[in-house]
Amino acid sequence: MKAEDLRQHRQTASRGGPEKYHQKLVDDNKLSVRRRLELLLDPGYVEDGLLANALEEGLSADGVVTVTGTIDGRTVVVMANDPTVKAGSWGSRTVEKILRIQEKAMQLECPIFYLVDSAGARITDQIEMFPGRRGAGRIFYNEVRLSGKVPQICLLFGPSAAGGAYIPAFCDVVVMVDHNAAMYLGSPRMAEMVIGEKVSLEDMGGARMHCSVSGLGDLLATNEEEAIRLGLQYFRYMPNNFRSRSYAVPPRLAPEVAWDRLIPENQNIPFDMHRVILALVDEDSWFPIKPLFAPEIIVGLAHLDGQALGIVANQSKVKGGVLFSDSADKAARFINLCDAFNIPLLFLADVPGFMIGTKVEREGIIRHGAKYIAAVSEATVPKISVVVRKAYGAGLYAMAGPAFGSDVTIALPTAQIAVMGPEAAVNAVYYNKIHELEGDARRAYIQEKEKEYRADIDLLRLASELIVDEVIEPSQLRDELIQRFRLYRDKRREFSDRRHPVTPV
Amino acid sequence: MTSVVASLAGVVFKVLVKPGDTVEIGQEVVRLESMKMEIPMEAEVQGIVQEVIVKEGDFVNDGDPLVILVDA
Repeated sequence: MKAEDLRQHRQTASRGGPEKYHQKLVDDNKLSVRRRLELLLDPGYVEDGLLANALEEGLSADGVVTVTGTIDGRTVVVMANDPTVKAGSWGSRTVEKILRIQEKAMQLECPIFYLVDSAGARITDQIEMFPGRRGAGRIFYNEVRLSGKVPQICLLFGPSAAGGAYIPAFCDVVVMVDHNAAMYLGSPRMAEMVIGEKVSLEDMGGARMHCSVSGLGDLLATNEEEAIRLGLQYFRYMPNNFRSRSYAVPPRLAPEVAWDRLIPENQNIPFDMHRVILALVDEDSWFPIKPLFAPEIIVGLAHLDGQALGIVANQSKVKGGVLFSDSADKAARFINLCDAFNIPLLFLADVPGFMIGTKVEREGIIRHGAKYIAAVSEATVPKISVVVRKAYGAGLYAMAGPAFGSDVTIALPTAQIAVMGPEAAVNAVYYNKIHELEGDARRAYIQEKEKEYRADIDLLRLASELIVDEVIEPSQLRDELIQRFRLYRDKRREFSDRRHPVTPV
Repeated sequence: MTSVVASLAGVVFKVLVKPGDTVEIGQEVVRLESMKMEIPMEAEVQGIVQEVIVKEGDFVNDGDPLVILVDA
């Protein structure tokens, strides 16, 4: 090949699709695939398969760019769809390139980013790209094999349709750009044709829907620059792979707070648990995950004295902090993530328990709760349970209570641990007697029984019975946590020698 | 027209608005009692209360409308 021809082919391949589609990117508030990579990576990366499908007109790089580069000097690999080339659709070489970059991640044991913006399979090429051993299915097989070995981060800039929608589903985290990103198995057009449903793309598979209703999206970004920024922020809490630890950052103090006004003593009055989190972790280090989905439970990453930490906390401001099926799924997945990548876990409990009633029983709240409690049990990273206020019923289990292998259970003076709250308990135990009485006699009887019940679950009694290991003032909690996590850092991590559990789902 | 709906099953503990009231985004319009917690139900949009559908002591399920708002 002549030097001039080579230059020509390389230039054509790098440019992507026709000019009109580049113009469309601008109109849609999107960046080009090359610009996305520039914003994500350190300068200077190597690319494989630039000349894929170079003999075919209009199929530059076969619609996907696959590169190996660095972020903050750490090696990563990236696959990035090019929406200007046949709408980022997959042909046989597209699939082969994606498989090879996944295999690179496996060999290098480094994080992989999926920059997704694709219409899905090229149906005209289906025999070559869909069913075979190295067909599209292998991409998902590889993702499952990579899961828990290396961080898999998806930035979703456009559609991720039909089978392609499983790329984000198998990733650890999915950042979606509002109004542009979408995930769906069948498009609105197909839904109308096949099941007769008339629905907009935004309602059926839009970014906001997935980040707040389905839970498939983790973080909602207003534009692509913000999505990349969020992806980078998340990456900085993660280690390179399951064998290593996250990089420490310079420690920062937590902001000063008036602890005495933060946590109301009346167990039934909601308060904002975010304020407790912000008072505990290093300043500006809090990074919530799935903030819009099932907000009655808070999960997220932070730094504590410069070390990465995962937090699971109940938010009484939303639905009273009661746990539902979605809250259980959200917490279970986050706990799995932290345990896979050696990130210690802090639980902040203020939970009335799992929701009851016909509706939640029918949707299987018990199996969702079981999934969550299985995740808590199996997590062998250092885990500390802090009972901030109430921890009732299975809520205590969900928040890594004493029976669940936590390294310590710490209670704040406002803590209350019980099968259920005093009102519910007295009603359950003395139901018949209460209903034999009337008026003042009934009220007096209930009051007396509640008083007895409160004495029975008194915090000093719980400490005396060694149910909690330590009781401290909230103002001392941050220092206590720093010290304990430091001491527990190198604990032995074994749970079982079996192949894997039969996980409730 | 939009309604403020119950975010979980429970009993109406207090109704905090009446027809004709103007409500702001985030304003508590009804307080439910559920799982022994008092749980505020807030307006997600600004508007004027057209109708209060529930009264104190009513059982409501997740998703049931509590208050109907019209544009201010």
